Amino acid sequence: MPDSPLRVLIVDDEAPARRRLRDLLDDCASALPLAIIGEAQHGREALELLQSAPADLVLTDIHMPDMDGVELARHLLKLPHPPVVIFTTAFHEHAVQAFELNAVDYLMKPIRVQRLLSALHKIPRLKPVTAEKLAQLPTTARRFLSVTERSRVVLVPVEDVVYLKAELKYITIRTSQREYLLEESLTRLETEFGARFVRVHRNCLAARDHIRGFERRVNDDGDAHWEVLLAGVPETLPVSRRQQFVVRDMGRETAA
Amino acid sequence: MNAGERAFVKSREQAPAPENRPKQMGQGTLAAEALTRRAQCLHGTSDMAAIIRQNPNRPALPDFRNMGTVLRILVTVNLGAAVVAYARAPQLSATFIEWVEATSFVEPYLLLVLAVLWAAAPRLSRLPYSVGAGLVAAITVFSGLALFAAMNRLSPMPPGALTNWMVYGLISAGVLLFYFHLRARALSPAITEARLQALQARIRPHFLFNSINAVLSLVRSNPKRAEVALEDMAELFRVLMRDNRDLTPLEDEVELCRQYLDLEQLRLGDRLTVDWNVKSMPADALVPPLMLQPLLENAVYHGIEPSSTPGTVSINLFLSRGEVHAILKNPYRTAGGNHHSGNKMALANVRERLALHFDAEASLESRVTKDAYEVHIRIPYRTQAANSATGVPTVTGPMPGRDDDSRDASARIAMPEAARA
Repeated sequence: MPDSPLRVLIVDDEAPARRRLRDLLDDCASALPLAIIGEAQHGREALELLQSAPADLVLTDIHMPDMDGVELARHLLKLPHPPVVIFTTAFHEHAVQAFELNAVDYLMKPIRVQRLLSALHKIPRLKPVTAEKLAQLPTTARRFLSVTERSRVVLVPVEDVVYLKAELKYITIRTSQREYLLEESLTRLETEFGARFVRVHRNCLAARDHIRGFERRVNDDGDAHWEVLLAGVPETLPVSRRQQFVVRDMGRETAA
Repeated sequence: MNAGERAFVKSREQAPAPENRPKQMGQGTLAAEALTRRAQCLHGTSDMAAIIRQNPNRPALPDFRNMGTVLRILVTVNLGAAVVAYARAPQLSATFIEWVEATSFVEPYLLLVLAVLWAAAPRLSRLPYSVGAGLVAAITVFSGLALFAAMNRLSPMPPGALTNWMVYGLISAGVLLFYFHLRARALSPAITEARLQALQARIRPHFLFNSINAVLSLVRSNPKRAEVALEDMAELFRVLMRDNRDLTPLEDEVELCRQYLDLEQLRLGDRLTVDWNVKSMPADALVPPLMLQPLLENAVYHGIEPSSTPGTVSINLFLSRGEVHAILKNPYRTAGGNHHSGNKMALANVRERLALHFDAEASLESRVTKDAYEVHIRIPYRTQAANSATGVPTVTGPMPGRDDDSRDASARIAMPEAARA
């Protein structure tokens, strides 16, 4: 790789910040061969760009609309060749502490050209940060779940998810359109998204916003249980005996 | 040390103190100690001792034209009348009759005294406290005499009624003066605090560094624009770092907000549209400094930054029935998680400072409409000219001693602790 130029993508929602980084990278170009492959205004745009034009390095701001820098880094890990991510931040005391703790690379804005250059020199030796470390950073819940399909990263907006069901190794994401397979832990997802989903069964989280109601069903053996009726999908989900209180709680909420 | 440096030191002193400092005694005292230590380093111990001995609490009469003061007097006297009625009644059922009887003279008497005090307020506020308090007692006595004479002519009063009037009137006046004195003492460190809070309301570091970054990006391509941006920043920070205890004209605050929004525009470009409706604003109205800027910063931070679609922040300032209204609107974005946490703090900060300066005559309300977040501020219309003509102080409590020598700064730094001690 030392022979080919370092491919860099700039991600920042503020145009002046992008221009500044471009200027600085131009200054570095004499010391180190590099090519700016593009600029993106937020994480989602960056991810789209990277699907067609791979990069070695992504310089990304943290606070951005639509998809922030930390979430972008988490989705980038699903790419066949994840780029190295260096965060740029103007001021974020707590984030900076977390970065130090997890050895995540970051640059403080305004960035000095020397700091940038030394960071660039380290790139070939750096490995992408692990998902565990990224999850440690103080960030809000992701806005998208990402799945790999035919070596492309597909984003599923969290608000489209009707339910998440653990099956064998995978989690099935169900939207009103179709199903996706996700390799994550249901418990982690439950913690991350908190009140958005409710656990109706040991292996299943249903989106509160998509729950239409509950129905009492009696099977052939005479055992009765509740089924969750969902908006947008025809199938229903069984409520386990242990989670029956959910029916009562949510029934009360809707009644109130 | 020049004024600028002093201001900077003061603002840095703020840093170790957490946001909730005024409420929590433990941390507050610690912070105050830190301030004192720092002040000692700066000015030497001998200076410090003199400062601590200083008593900033010059007693002063309340502002009898403030609705808060009037309301407090009305409520207290009427409660007192109810208590007296209860005490005089032979049994509980007679209390009401006693009370009705009492109010028949208490109400006209009370309203007359309040009217006289209202009229005399500007003159009273200029007198030394003891003379002023004496005059209030005299007003109470003479109003009572005059009213008694008038009512006696209409229907003869029972014997001994006049003495009762005088006794009740003077006791009420005494109790109320003592109450207002205590209240003013309790508020006086709070007014000092108002200045500190104004500093706390200061711009987020996030904004400072992003702005510097934006200016840096302009230096090569557009040096002229970079110059203007730096001038705006200098202007903004000058206001943020000065003594923000006194009220300032509304037009100054508006100018500050314009500079602030220009800087935000530089960063955010097309994403931010600002809609100014200030044609009919009372430019000379006095407002607490940094009344609007922190709210606009909120509007940008919560309403514009979390979205990539453009949004409009609108500012509407106008005068209506002797009150200045400020209505700020920004798009309401539900998404964005923790982006909302800082909002309440700025609102509480501005609300608290409005209460310190105007008591019950000002209000701040916020509400969420369909897709917008709206803050509505209402303050009484006061101007510099009117104030100097009538001498009505702009704050309800006494102003702590103000001298402009160099130790003033450290005196103010030390004040919270001195007041608590």
